[in-house]
Amino acid sequence: MGTSTLVLNPTQINPVPPGTVDGDAGLVEQSRAGDAAAFGRLVAKYERKIFRLARHITQNQEDAEDVLQDAFLKAYTHLDSFEGTAKFYTWLVRIAVNESLMRLRKRRTSKEVSLDEPLDTGEETVVREIAVWEATPEQRFSQQELRGILDEAIDSLSPIYRTVFLLRDVEELSTEETAEALELSIPAVKSRLLRARLQLRERLTRQFRHKGDDFFAVV
Amino acid sequence: MISLLSCKDFLGWLNDYLDDTADPGIREHLQEHVTSCPNCWVIFDTTKKTIQVYKGMEPRPLPEALHDRLIAAIEKTCTAKKAAGNESCDPPPTRPL
Repeated sequence: MGTSTLVLNPTQINPVPPGTVDGDAGLVEQSRAGDAAAFGRLVAKYERKIFRLARHITQNQEDAEDVLQDAFLKAYTHLDSFEGTAKFYTWLVRIAVNESLMRLRKRRTSKEVSLDEPLDTGEETVVREIAVWEATPEQRFSQQELRGILDEAIDSLSPIYRTVFLLRDVEELSTEETAEALELSIPAVKSRLLRARLQLRERLTRQFRHKGDDFFAVV
Repeated sequence: MISLLSCKDFLGWLNDYLDDTADPGIREHLQEHVTSCPNCWVIFDTTKKTIQVYKGMEPRPLPEALHDRLIAAIEKTCTAKKAAGNESCDPPPTRPL
């Protein structure tokens, strides 16, 4: 039998930022050697992030649940093919993104979810909402309301922008890791990230603008 | 080297300015522009806050039933691996400690 000190409940461990190579490398190595408890720790560490990512990409609860399970199972069964040149979390994210896009494509046309879709140049510099925010939106809205606003804003982005923003600014992967996970060029990641950030800024400004600041401008 | 930046130029460099990846020479011009252009300052400030508010949002806890299903699926896969001859595979407990 393997170790009996398995911690599988995510509430029982401190969240660790993604990409902590040393910690993951050890757990991956132990998992490869047959220590399922070690893989359980990787599950506990990343299951919430992977589920959030899958839910935002698929925009469907059932699909996100399937993605969560399939991504971890694929990672588990293919640990031997994980070469360790990338971080485990980046590898796991890549699996989850692929699984998510596959399910999204089943529900929509492939054109709508292609990450290689040509970009509409010029869009990135269109800025309409120019107003300062309330100093702390967190104080103005309950945690639940704030989650709802943020989720609605991010879900309104097209998949090509939403996915890049999620990886770079929510999951905090580097530009290089995001490019690797999505099989995009670094300039493509940068360009899409800018558009995603500006589009989200527009949407959130409509919610968080300082009362009395009601002017409208185009740069 | 950029001597005078337009607002469109500034927006083109916004990510590098936010992520602190612009070359020092360019950063200096971006800094000059953002401090003298109220609109660009608001765009910079609210984009920065957009990123911060998302980074500050912890993922929701996973429903217990979903977590249990995931662990059960891994256990099943592990058992199948053992049956296939991978004796080193040791199933995880099904319940959190």
